[in-house]
Order: sequence, then C-alpha cells, then structure tokens
Amino acid sequence: MNSAQVASRPPTDWASPKMRARIARRYRSESIFRNLGLFALVLAASFLAFLLFTVVRDGWQGFLSTDVKISVTYDPTLLGIDPAAAKGPDAQAALQAGDFQAVMAAGVAKLGDEADTVSEGAWLVLRKQLMEDPALLGKTVSVWVPAKSSIDLLAKGKFDLAKPELERGVSDADVAHFNDLKKAGLLRTGLSRIFITGADSTSPELAGIWGATVGSLLTLFVTLSLAFPVGVLSAIYLEEFAKRNRWTDLIEVSINNLAAVPSIIYGLLGLAVFLNFLDMPRSAPIVGGLTLALMTFPVIVIAGRVAIKSVPPSIRDAALGIGASKVQVVFQHVLPLALPGILTGTIIGMARALGETAPLLMIGMRAFVSDTPVGLTSPATALPVQVFLWSDDVARGFVEKTSAAIMVLLVFLLLMNSLAIYLRNKYERRW
Amino acid sequence: MSLTVISFLLVGLALLAYFIARAKGRALTARPGGTARTGAAAVHSRPAYHGSFVALWVALPALALIAGWAVVSEGVIADRVIDTVPAASRPATQLDRDAFMSEVRGVVNGEIEEAFNPDANPAAKVYVATKSNYNLLAGAAAAALAALGGLWGYSRLRPDFRARTAVEKVVMWTLILASLVAILTTFGIVLSLLFESIRFFQKVSIVEFLTGTTWSPQTAIRADQVGSSGSFGAVPLFWGTIFIGAIIAMIVAIPLGLMAAIYLTQYAHARARRILKPLLEILAGVPTVVYGFFAALVVAPAVRDFAVSLGMTNASSESALAAGLVMGIMIIPFVSSMADDAITAVPQAMRDGSLAMGATTSETIRKVLVPAALPGIVGGVLLAVSRAIGETMIVVMAAGLAANLTANPFQSVTTVTAQIVQLLTGDQEFDSAKTLSAFALGLVLFVITLLLNIYALAVVKRYREAYE
Repeated sequence: MNSAQVASRPPTDWASPKMRARIARRYRSESIFRNLGLFALVLAASFLAFLLFTVVRDGWQGFLSTDVKISVTYDPTLLGIDPAAAKGPDAQAALQAGDFQAVMAAGVAKLGDEADTVSEGAWLVLRKQLMEDPALLGKTVSVWVPAKSSIDLLAKGKFDLAKPELERGVSDADVAHFNDLKKAGLLRTGLSRIFITGADSTSPELAGIWGATVGSLLTLFVTLSLAFPVGVLSAIYLEEFAKRNRWTDLIEVSINNLAAVPSIIYGLLGLAVFLNFLDMPRSAPIVGGLTLALMTFPVIVIAGRVAIKSVPPSIRDAALGIGASKVQVVFQHVLPLALPGILTGTIIGMARALGETAPLLMIGMRAFVSDTPVGLTSPATALPVQVFLWSDDVARGFVEKTSAAIMVLLVFLLLMNSLAIYLRNKYERRW
Repeated sequence: MSLTVISFLLVGLALLAYFIARAKGRALTARPGGTARTGAAAVHSRPAYHGSFVALWVALPALALIAGWAVVSEGVIADRVIDTVPAASRPATQLDRDAFMSEVRGVVNGEIEEAFNPDANPAAKVYVATKSNYNLLAGAAAAALAALGGLWGYSRLRPDFRARTAVEKVVMWTLILASLVAILTTFGIVLSLLFESIRFFQKVSIVEFLTGTTWSPQTAIRADQVGSSGSFGAVPLFWGTIFIGAIIAMIVAIPLGLMAAIYLTQYAHARARRILKPLLEILAGVPTVVYGFFAALVVAPAVRDFAVSLGMTNASSESALAAGLVMGIMIIPFVSSMADDAITAVPQAMRDGSLAMGATTSETIRKVLVPAALPGIVGGVLLAVSRAIGETMIVVMAAGLAANLTANPFQSVTTVTAQIVQLLTGDQEFDSAKTLSAFALGLVLFVITLLLNIYALAVVKRYREAYE
C-alpha cells in the first residue's frame, strides 16, 4: 500500500454496523480472555481451599480421643509387686515391672459385655497413674482409659449408621456396646493427651505425633547447624572474593544444578555415602539432617548471594577508605546488612527441608519408632514421613490421625513462613 | 572421656586463650610513655586479632588431631579387642570381625542384654577399658598440642606482628573450603550413582535396561525358584514418568499457570496482586506428601468413579490421571512464576507500541507479549518438567507400582521415582540386582534432569540477555 493509496482510501466509518460488530467482537474476546485468567487463579485458589478444608474436616477430630471409665483395683498380688518394695528406694523400678495387663483385664471384665471396647494399650495409662501416685497401691479407683479405635470413631460420628453392617465398616456388636456405654455415661471425648505427647503405635488410638515432631526438630537442628554456616561462607566467597576462573565457574554451575536436583537423588547419596560407606546409624536424625543439609545449602547460597549483592558498593568503599581490610569490610559491614535477606532465604530453605519426605525414606527414617527420640543417633521418624506411614495404614482410625499430622506439619510451615515474611518486611532495606 | 567432651574442652581452652591474648594485645596498644614509633600507633593489629590468632593456634592443631583419631580409633580399638579373644574362637574374616564388633558395641550400649557370641561379653569390658584408655591418651596429646600451639602463638605477639593478616588467611581458607562443599556434593552424587550403577550393569546388560519392556525386579531368593528370574527393562518406567510428569501434569499446569501469570501481571490491580501472589506461593509451599495424601484419598477415588461411569469395568483405584492431575496443580505456581518473570522482562515499549496501535490488552498479550516471551516461558516449562519427573511422593502414594506400558490415563502406571522408593525400602542386600537397579534408575533420573536444567537455564539466560 503506497502513500497515494492510503491518501485516497476513504476513512473508516467506525459508526457503521459492520465496524461496531467487529469492535464488539474484539471487546468480547478481551473479556473472555481476562476472565479465563481470573478463572485459572480462582481454580488454583479453590483447589488450595478444598485441600485445606478436607484436611481440617478430617483432621480436627484426630486431636480428640474417647475414653471409657473403668474401675480398677491395684491389687499387689495381681500386679506381682511387693508392697514393701513399692515404698523402698527402687519403688519406681518395682512399679514399672508390675503386671498391669492383668489388672486392666480384671478391671475391664467388670464392664461385662462391653469389655471389648477398651484399647489394648490401656494398661499403659494405669502404669503411669500408679507410678505417679504409688499410694494408690491396693486401692480401687475409677480411671478413664482410651477406648478402642472403632468406639472412638463411633463417638466422633464417623460411621453412617443407616447403612447395612458390612458397608459401614463397624460391627453391630460395637454399635450396641457403644450405645450402652454412652447411656451409662461411661464415655467421654476430649483432647487426646496420647496424640499430643506420644509416639507412633500400631493402633490408631495409641498413636501420637510428638515423637515425629521431636524427630523433625532434631533433624532440622542438624540441617541448620551445617547448612547455614557453610552456605553463608560459600555465598560470601563467591560474591566477594572469588576471581573469575574455571574453578569458580565449576562451583557456580554445581550450586545452580544442586538446587534443581530431585530430592530423591539426595536420598540415594545419603544411603550410599552416609549409611553404606561411612557406616552411620540407620533412621537417625543425624543422617537425615546431613542429607537435608546437602539439599538445603544450595538454596541458602543462592539467597545469600542475592542478599550480599544488594548491599550497595558505597558501603564497601567507605569502609575500605578508612583502612579496613577486605575481610573486615565483609564481616563487619556487608554481612550484617545482608543478614535479614540471608535469614529469610534460610528459613524458606528450612521450611522446604521440613516438608521433604523422599530422601528420609531412602535413609530408613520410615522405620516404625514407638519411642520419642532422645538424641541425634537414636532411631527417629519425621513429621512428613509419619504422614506417609499413617496414610499407608489400613486401619480406618489412621485417616483422621494422618490429617491431624498434616495439620501439625502445616502449622509449623506456616509459622516458619510467617517468620520469614516478618523478617523481610521489618529489616529489608531498599537502597 | 568421650571425644565430644574433649572437643568441647578444647573449644573452651581456645576461648580462654582468646581472652588472655586479647588482653596482651590491649596491653601492647596501651603501653604508657610510648613514642610515635613504639606507642599505640605502631601496633599493627587490633587486640581482637591477637586473641583470635592465639585461639586458632590452640584449637586447630589439637582439633585436627582429635578428628584424625576419631577416624582411625574404632579400627585400632577393634584390633586390640580382638587380640584378647582366645585364638581358637577369634573371628578371622573381615565380615566376621565386623559382626563380632557390632555385637560387642551392642552389649556396651546396652542394646543387647546378653551377646549371642560368648566371647563378646568379656570383650565388651575390654572394649570399654581400651576405649577410655586410648581416648584419655588422645586427650592428653591434644592438650599438649594445644598448649604448645598456644605458647608459640603467644610468644609471637609483638606490636609489629601482623596478627590480622594471619587470621585473615585462615578465614580465606575457611571460605574456600565452604564453597568446595558444592563441588564435593556434586561429585558425591555422580560417583555414588555411577559406582553402584556399574555394579548393576555387570549383572544386567545396559541395552536390556534401556530398551527392555518388562519390569519385574523380583530376583529369586533360591536358585531353583520358578518364575522370578527378574527382568530389568525400564522402558515402562520411563514411559510412566513421562506420561505423568511431562504430559498429564503439563496439560494441567501450562494453561493454568500461564493464564494465572498473565492475569497477575497484566490485569490484576496492585491490591489483588498482593493477595493472589502469596496464595500461589502457599500452593508451592505445601509439602508433596500432603498432595500425595490428597491424591490418594480424594482425587483417585473420584477419577475411578468417573472411569466407571464412562463404562470402564476394570478401572483401578491408582491411576496415572489422579497422580498427574495433582502433580499438575502442584506445578502451577512454578510455571506461573517462571512465566511471570518472562513476561515482565519484555520491554515496556513493545507493549506500549501495540496498545498505541489500538490493540486490546488481550490482543497485545497474545500477539506481542507471549511471542516475545516465548523462549523464557519454554525454558520455565522445561524446568517445570524436570521438577515433575523428579517428584516422588505423589506418584508413590497415588500412581501405583504396576509397570504398565499404556496410554490409558485411567490405568495404573509406575514411575522411576516410585520404583526407587519401592526397591530401597524394606530389606536390602547390597549385592542384589534388585537393590542396585535403584541406583541405575537414579542415575538416569539425575542425567535427564541435569540436561533439562542446563538446557532450560541456558535458554532463559539467552532470552534475558536478548532484552537487556
């Protein structure tokens, strides 16, 4: 189209029906496109909302448990405890060795038909009570002991009782016992101390989350104490001191790739190096922490470099100008100013490490651990692994325990991320 | 005395040395009656550096000695302990020795009440005695070394001594060592994967592994057992990984992620952006095990019911679709943030030019911004694929373990990562092909994600430079 043609073309009549229709079509497609964008976001958000809703709906009752009231006689002969020994210096050991299962069986038998409703591990409650108060020996007391899982679930209304027996997942006998106990006022549902303070168990009503939480904290402690110093020092070196050469390039390429390596590969590394080559203990927080530290430190290096780079050169020049050495400049001026940014990156990296499951499975932290871990080398499991283990369990009571464990995990993640955001907002400076 | 206690004592000693030497440094600075040459101005380093210098001389050589001793001590102690066992029943081979020593350690730690091997019980007492003697010896040697180092360091403190230079040299070496950890980790990954994979390929041919179409890693426990010869054709696993991670997940994640990024960067008000963006970040921060639980508990049954309503009678409760859908949703924030970066990097002038010509916003986005940002978006998608194929928990919990070579999304498929988890949990023998195959799978996964990452990062980088 040359200029003569352009000049001779009649001007577009924007008011013509044809042009109006065309503009209307274009505006329509504009609004469709815009709404598609909004739709994508709303879909993602509603998925998140649905996920959280499902977890909370299934999980909040996981923090509760149902107890049955039984009357127990701490009969010394039945317990096999010598009353004299129970007052002696080794009282606790003597009480510990008592046959509480027999006492429980005797107490439960008084319930008659409803004897089947008590958890198999209820004797642990009796032992704890007697060890805390040895004066109860020989006396008869009424005690609240955990009910078995199906009664617990009945109390929480988890079964659709309108369905026939085979489809609803609970037997008619259990339903009848439950109704009898409830009528007699022998049931109560409340906050479960076992879940909050206990460790893993094969029965849902005796399983607790505290063991896995401690395992996670120990693991994260190792991760933080290794990954943070190494990551920060490494970032300082690369950003402030390294000369551009082949070695530095190799380090940079390594760090960028390590940040993107699938986490399960770190698990394989941990298995081959820490467990097989260095012969470290399986399922131990120290090995889990080491493995996660290798995974987390590239994240810290990358965040650290960004934070260090954002400190303006004038700060360095000023310090150098009054006679500070390069090391003094970095450690006394640049690092304190970059620290909020580094800490934010570190917390985000630690939050990722807390939610990581696959590498821990590789190094054996999926073992069944029924004790709360006490040290860095004792067998432990971690929160996400506990979620995985419980979600794999066929017992129906574990569904709510899994969701409850997820709630605990998410609360920890939320706390860490809020801390990161707080630090960023409070201390970050724009130069 | 355990080595940990000795190490802590050494650190305490170093702290003490720091304060003493710093006091000496102060004394040097504050010498009364000094002239310009001999007074305060002539001291080269500040007192803290004098302190650090001596502290380093106290701590480093002694701690190095303890670390070295920690590495060799178990072997030396084991030799001494085994020498005390009567010659007739002394364990001969390395394997026997290891078993014997682990029994002894079990008795010492109280894990075992009574050892199976009668010799282990007396040996446990010898072990405790030998260990405490040797550790005491090591502690004494370390203390002597610390004292010598401290004295020598202290004797060098003079006004003109360059303590700062010496301390900074140590700091520099620490920095270099810290950054070498990255290279060590990379080599550690490569070597451990390669080493075990080579052992695997000595048992199973590499051609069969990469091209075979049957995967059933159960090797026979007894040689005469029937039907469990084990076959290691990994093609079904590669297909399952690609099917879930690169096809189904991307069908979900690319449109949703891209549209979300477009809405956030081009349409949303600043206030809406402030709310919506963290929302996506939360989606990215949910642990994968939670997604896996959700996929297995909610999505998989829904997908199966849907398949049944379509008339599929053999719909399985673990399906490629369920895992892929949830994985796609997990990847949305990742795709969205990469696309966000790519679109924002397009120069404002291009956008303004298009709008000035009368194009609507959506026309500008479709015809100008997205084509201009395409290399960046493609790079981001490749990174997302590499993330998806390395993802483990969702597929372990929702995709199943049946190695099917199928394009039916309602059937169960398995992936490389799910098989690695399956092969390496439970009992392991480190010389069986079954266990070693996990490392070969890991090697393939590592190489593929590495290539994807390097290529994608190069694409993204070149794209950024084009607009700078």
